[in-house]
This record gives sequence, structure tokens and C-alpha cells, in this order.
Amino acid sequence: MSDKSSDPKKINCAKKMRDIMTTYYLDAMTAEQNNKQVAWITSGGPVEPLVAMDIIPIYPENHGAMIGASKMGEDLCIKAENMGYSSDLCSYARTDISCSVVKGGPIGGLPKPDMLICCNNICGTVLKWYEVQARYYNVPLFILDTPICHTRYSPEVAKYVRAQIDEYIVFLEKITKRKFDYDKMALVGKLAYESQVLWQKVLNTTAHKPSPMSAFDAFFFLALIVTLRGTQTAVDFYKDLLAEMKQRIKDGISMVPNEKHRLLWDNLPIWYRLKWLSNKFSDHNACLVADTYTSAWCGAIKYTDKNNFLDSIAEAYTRIYLNIGVDQMANQVLDMIKFYDVNGFIMHSNRSCKPYSFGQMDIMRIVREKTDIPVLMIEADMVDPRNFSQSQVETRIDAFMEIIKQRSH
Amino acid sequence: MIYAGIDIGSSTAKAALIKKNRLLGTHVIPSGYNPLTAGITVFDALLEKVAVSKTDIAAIVSTGYGRASVKFADKAMTEIICHGTGAHFMNPDIRGIIDVGGQDSKAILLDKSGQVENFAMNDKCAAGTGRFIEVMANALEVSLDQMGDFSLKADKPSKISSICTVFAESEVISMIAGLQKRENIIAGIHESAAARVAILAFKINIKEPVMMTGGVAKNKGMVAALEKRLGFELIVEDFAQVNGAIGAAVLASRL
Repeated sequence: MSDKSSDPKKINCAKKMRDIMTTYYLDAMTAEQNNKQVAWITSGGPVEPLVAMDIIPIYPENHGAMIGASKMGEDLCIKAENMGYSSDLCSYARTDISCSVVKGGPIGGLPKPDMLICCNNICGTVLKWYEVQARYYNVPLFILDTPICHTRYSPEVAKYVRAQIDEYIVFLEKITKRKFDYDKMALVGKLAYESQVLWQKVLNTTAHKPSPMSAFDAFFFLALIVTLRGTQTAVDFYKDLLAEMKQRIKDGISMVPNEKHRLLWDNLPIWYRLKWLSNKFSDHNACLVADTYTSAWCGAIKYTDKNNFLDSIAEAYTRIYLNIGVDQMANQVLDMIKFYDVNGFIMHSNRSCKPYSFGQMDIMRIVREKTDIPVLMIEADMVDPRNFSQSQVETRIDAFMEIIKQRSH
Repeated sequence: MIYAGIDIGSSTAKAALIKKNRLLGTHVIPSGYNPLTAGITVFDALLEKVAVSKTDIAAIVSTGYGRASVKFADKAMTEIICHGTGAHFMNPDIRGIIDVGGQDSKAILLDKSGQVENFAMNDKCAAGTGRFIEVMANALEVSLDQMGDFSLKADKPSKISSICTVFAESEVISMIAGLQKRENIIAGIHESAAARVAILAFKINIKEPVMMTGGVAKNKGMVAALEKRLGFELIVEDFAQVNGAIGAAVLASRL
């Protein structure tokens, strides 16, 4: 096999991010002592009103990713199955539900929520998952229903979702027994917008050849845009990260030392195999330069009006990547293939994430029809390692890379 | 210059030698427990068979599931590229390959120059692989070599509805208990496996002429069931089982 690649130069901002995340979770863990409230919210949910109300948002999905990355997913999934949940249920949902009961996982479970905010723009599973948790913790649940925009954002949908944003605010006022601060909301909105623009700029730096970071780094640095969107902390951090990426480009530092092949990744990461996958691609001199997942947190900026944030987020949150038609998803993929100039597309068919995996065969066909790059599909799961078969995935990736190398000759 | 290809599969280890674009010889042994030992044994046996000295070998490529264990090979490459290269080397007209091995089944699409254009492999499941047929042969007390002949004598193939190998085995056992004809059960087993493999071929829009490779190509019943399912004839040559090793030897000559 090919030589092991020499260790790439580490990204300095990684430590800073770990510190920020530790502080964030410590604040959340001690929220009760500090008379602060905690809201659990889905990853695609509008978090900004919570930030404006000084409520600490907690993301069970981010926690699920941490469980997966620390290889604690199998045990917690089995615990959920012992409780009666099907092994076909999303592994984020399974680990979150069982973790609530056993207080397991890398941080001993999440702080108890005072309320739950569920937005179904990412999937339908969250509805039942959050209902289960609302019963378990006996706390109020707010559901924001965002109809799928197969082709367009109709006036009816606009009216329907916008009305729910107002209901959301009434819900928060009721729970906190405080008036909603619209001035603070405007400020938080600006920060949220700014951090998304910065995140997009960070992701864009990988269009440079060789790429200063890989999608594996993006999977890591994503945590802040998810959890601390709408805060100055996130804005400052992404400014630093962007500066570091620009410096790496200037200094000619790449994440994969001999980057020869550039790949695009689709779907969530396989959290418990990040290192193995990263080394596997590096050994083939291939860099995963971009992915459809991390860009989902800035993909709807075009619908956001930073000066009229509250009105515009109804549309921005409804038209995210997982809530649009397959043709539109394919168009975004085609745009990314062009922008990042990739020579291969890898699709993770994720047993857990049905809405993400459902249209993949069509997207694969469209990419094959409209580009000449090879497409590979690998079957796995984001958190449950029982759905991952190393030797089979290895053969597929090796064969895929052989095809890419043959073509580049 | 002589080049060697060694293919360590889940059931058998294969070796092939080529010299000046001509096949010198091939050899097959059971893989056994240790893939490296299998690689050494099959390679040494072939050298002895064709009376070639180890020092005459210019390069070796290993392939198959045990490819990384063959430490004395110059390079390890996947079965996909090796089967593609082997088939193209033996017959340049071939555009499609269906390879059914012990653990994996795959469909490969080649372009005119013999390069792999696309491929599809079975998912994390033994249905549609040689292993599936092997498990059933054991349950039916028929040797693997006899499976093909038995199934060609079927008058009404039994219907196996389970996709899962484990469940299909218990289905077969209840068919045995129900005194269904062994020939019909075996034909049903082949039809069930063929249906799984055909999906892979359709997935990549396979183009004719299609060669069937891998150990399972020796099973006439499986070939017939596949042809019926696919709606076209398959080219099955004597070297089907060693095609991957031949491809590995050809790739060794290009190192």
C-alpha cells in the first residue's frame, strides 16, 4: 500500500474551539444555579430568539455527534433498543433518549431542559423524539412546522411559517415570564447573519489548491455555528479561523500533504470513523475538500435579511438543504462540484438519516448525467457502528480511488 | 519478464503468471485461515507447476480481501480493477463483468479501453454471494460442485422469499421438511441469489458483452438463473475463477 503521509500541520484554532465548547457546556450544566433557563433545540431550529432571551440553547444532535465521535454510540443505541425503541430509529434519537435515562455519554448527559424547541425542517423523526423527551422531562414543547419546499416558497407557506415565528415568541415570553426584547433580537440577528457569512467564507477557502483544511476539519469547526450562532463569540471565532485559513493558503500549507485528488462528501459524517476515513483518503493523496452537510448552516443566507431578521428567518429556516426538492439539492451539489473543482463525489447512505439519504440515488444519477466525475455510495450510520463494515467500505473506497487515479493519468 | 497476480478471496486463493501478454499459468487453493500463508502457498505451487524461478518474477500485485496481507507483493489493488483488467486482457470486447465471489458480488462497467467506468457491490449482506449458496448446499447435503447440475434438473423452482441468508436457510429447511424436490429447492436458491446480483448489474446499466467471473461462475445453475433474470447471455470462460489474479498480473506488468 502507499506510504503513510507525514502529519499535516494542525489548525491552531482547534484548541480555542475546544475551550469555547467546554465553557459553553459548563455554562449549560450550571444554568440552574445561575438562574438561567435551558432549551433543547433541533439542529435546524431558529435559535436566535433563544439567544435574544438569554436562554441557553442545547443541541441533542451536537451531543449525538460527540457520543459518536467518542465511540459511545453502540452502547447507548443498545440501551435505547432495550427500552423498546427500534434499531431503525435515528441513532441521534436513540442515544439522546437512552442518555437522558442513564446519564451516560462523554459528558454524563445533557443538562435538563426547561423547554423543547422542535423544528421539522431537518426531518420528521424530531417530532416524535421531542414528544418523547417532553413527556420524560415534563416540560413544554414548541413545534415549528416548516412544509417542504419542493419547488418554491409559496405565499401560503410564507404566511403559515411567519405566523409560527410570532407564536414562538409568545411561547418564550410565557415560559420565561419576560417580555421579548426586539432590540436585542435585531442585534442577535445581525451576529447570526455575520457568523454565517464568515462560516461560508471559511468553507470557501477550501476551493484553493491545495486545500488549507478538509471536510473532516469542517465537521469539527461546525460545532460553533450550530451551538453559538447569534453570539459575538461565534463571530470572533470564525474571524480568527478565516484569518488562519488565509494564512495557511499564503504559506502554502495544505491539510493533505500531497493533495492530488479532491473529493466532495454528501450526508453526515461517520463520527466514529473520522480518523480512519481521513487517513484512508490521505493515503490516496485525496482531500475531502467540501461536503453538503457543514454548508447547510450557511446555505440559506441568501434568504436572510439581517436588517429584518425576524421576518426573513421564516423563509431561511424553511428553505434549508434538507427541506427542498431533490432537483434543487442536486443543483447545489453540482454547484459545489464546480466551485471546489472536485474529481470525485462520495455519498454516505446513512441508515439513520432518512431525509438526507432518501434522494441520493436520484442525485447520484443527476451528477453522473451532468458531470464526468465518478460517484461512490457507501453504507454506514453516523453514530451506530453496527451498521459499518470496514473491509467492505475499504474495498469500495480503494476501488473508487483507483478509478480516479486511472482517469487522471 | 514474468509478472504475477495473487488474489486472496474469502474461500479460495488464486495465482496467475503472465509473460509478454500471454497467460503462463494459474493455480487455485483454499484460502484457509492465514491469508499470507495462502498467498505464499499458491504462488510457490504455481511457480513449480510452470517451472519458473522466483527470481524471474519482475513484479507482483495482490488483490482480494486478503490483499493487504500479501506482504511480498509490490502493490495491493482492489478486485474491481483487477477483474476489469483481467477480463479486458483476455477479451478486449468485454464491456460488463459480473463477479460473484465467496463474500462479495459485484457488477463492473468497462469503457472501450478497458478502464472501469462504474461499479456496484452487494451491501452488508451475504445474499447474492457464493457464501449464500454454500450455506444452502450444506443444509441440503449437496456438494458445492453438484449444485449446478442438480438445479438444471428442476421442473418447478421453489420460491425463496427471504432475502436474509439466515432466514432463507430456515426457509429451505422447512421446504426439506415439506418434502419438496431437492432439485427445485436448489433452483429456487439460485434464482433468489441471481435476483440479488442482477440488481447490481441494472444499477450500473451494464453493457453487453458481459463476462461472468469469480468462483460462482463454475455453477451452471447460477449462470442459467442469472441469464434468465438479466435477459441476455453471459460469457463464462474456464479462467472465470482466476480472472482477478490474471488482472492483478497484468497490472503488475504496468507498475
